[in-house]
Amino acid sequence: MAQHKVNYTQDGGLPVALTSIDKIVNWGRSNSLWALTYGLACCGIEMMASGASRFDFDRFGTIFRASPRQADVMIVAGTLTKKHAEFIKRLYDQMTEPRWVISMGSCANTGGMFNTYATVQGCDRIIPVDLYLPGCAPRPETLQYGVMLLQKKIRANKAGNAQKAKRLM
Amino acid sequence: MRAYKPKDNVQAKAYYTDRFYVAPQVPKTAVEEDAVFAADLAAIKAKFAVKEAYIQVEQMVIYINACDIYGVLELMRDELAYTQLSEMSAIDWLAKDNSFEIFYQMLSMTKRKRIRVKYFIQKGEAVDSVEKLFRSADWSEREMFDMFGIEANNHPFMKRILMPYDWEGYPLLKSYPLEGDEFAAWYEVDKIYGKEARDIIGPELRDTARVDSYDSERFARLGHEVPKGTKITGDEPAVSQSYQEEDGVFLIKKLDKESSVIIDDPQR
Repeated sequence: MAQHKVNYTQDGGLPVALTSIDKIVNWGRSNSLWALTYGLACCGIEMMASGASRFDFDRFGTIFRASPRQADVMIVAGTLTKKHAEFIKRLYDQMTEPRWVISMGSCANTGGMFNTYATVQGCDRIIPVDLYLPGCAPRPETLQYGVMLLQKKIRANKAGNAQKAKRLM
Repeated sequence: MRAYKPKDNVQAKAYYTDRFYVAPQVPKTAVEEDAVFAADLAAIKAKFAVKEAYIQVEQMVIYINACDIYGVLELMRDELAYTQLSEMSAIDWLAKDNSFEIFYQMLSMTKRKRIRVKYFIQKGEAVDSVEKLFRSADWSEREMFDMFGIEANNHPFMKRILMPYDWEGYPLLKSYPLEGDEFAAWYEVDKIYGKEARDIIGPELRDTARVDSYDSERFARLGHEVPKGTKITGDEPAVSQSYQEEDGVFLIKKLDKESSVIIDDPQR
């Protein structure tokens, strides 16, 4: 049997980390933010670049999932048209709680340059948004910084409480 | 030329284009100048009435009667080798004389010529579908119905193609406002949450050029970010970029900016 030498004088004396339930749960949640594959327009290209090897979302634990049932965060990447509005609501409702929404880019924030009859003027008219990213389109660095801000937001909240109702209605 | 209009308030009012503006026409020439077009026109005139014909920008334009369209296109496809319907749609002349102008852009690959077939219909009239002749007319006629409300008789699936099936109004009419009418403004709210939610969600904020430093709803506070809806007092401290909490994160090594390496060469 292998003999492992434990240095009891290191790290306060014991190979044990003490923490609270809140911290360990939030640590798990914030470092495995699985994102819904939801590229609606050109912002989706930047979102794909964030997931690919150069920017490497995997090191944040952010892995894109093709099903809302497996996703924690919905990144609304692109123009939300009025025809599609009912489906963003349906996909949001299909995600399991706790769930978060990042509105990525000008179109998802405010409708952007599409000041027309066919574009929803901001996806927060349909679903509650946690984080707005400016840009047209935002660079992958912006999206990654946004995910890190969302991680901070998750860690700042108490994990034990049920997520506050964020629905508009 | 277009009449001058003052544009000193351009940022607040984005659209100054006169939607009823009619562009000046480029010169027209007689059909006889082109032997191929003259022969084509003679072949069409032998069977159908042609109201007007001329050459414009090396393309022949002919005006026919609305009831003849299927026969003319069949003749052009089978006997005159105009085998492609490049596009077709309508032009809104409702403000001028309550009519639509329907055009069919035909292409002959062997002759290397294009002919535009046109006719007028009154508002409310339907056109004859040419979907049996050209498969491309299937979606084009659906789009014409979607955008102008012109129905095509004998079409196999006369439904909207771009807008949702339950949409009201025809967006490409010149009388349709670009930012949508009352129905369009509340379409998604009415459909998802119901009419009673209008007061809660509120009207659309359409002025995307608006910049207001006291506005925490419209994302105009870069570097001074606050949670949405916060009452702005004006003396918020600037937000410095920080990737982690100051006192560290459980089980995660704290980012040390001093000791981290910045790679300058993007090609490395």
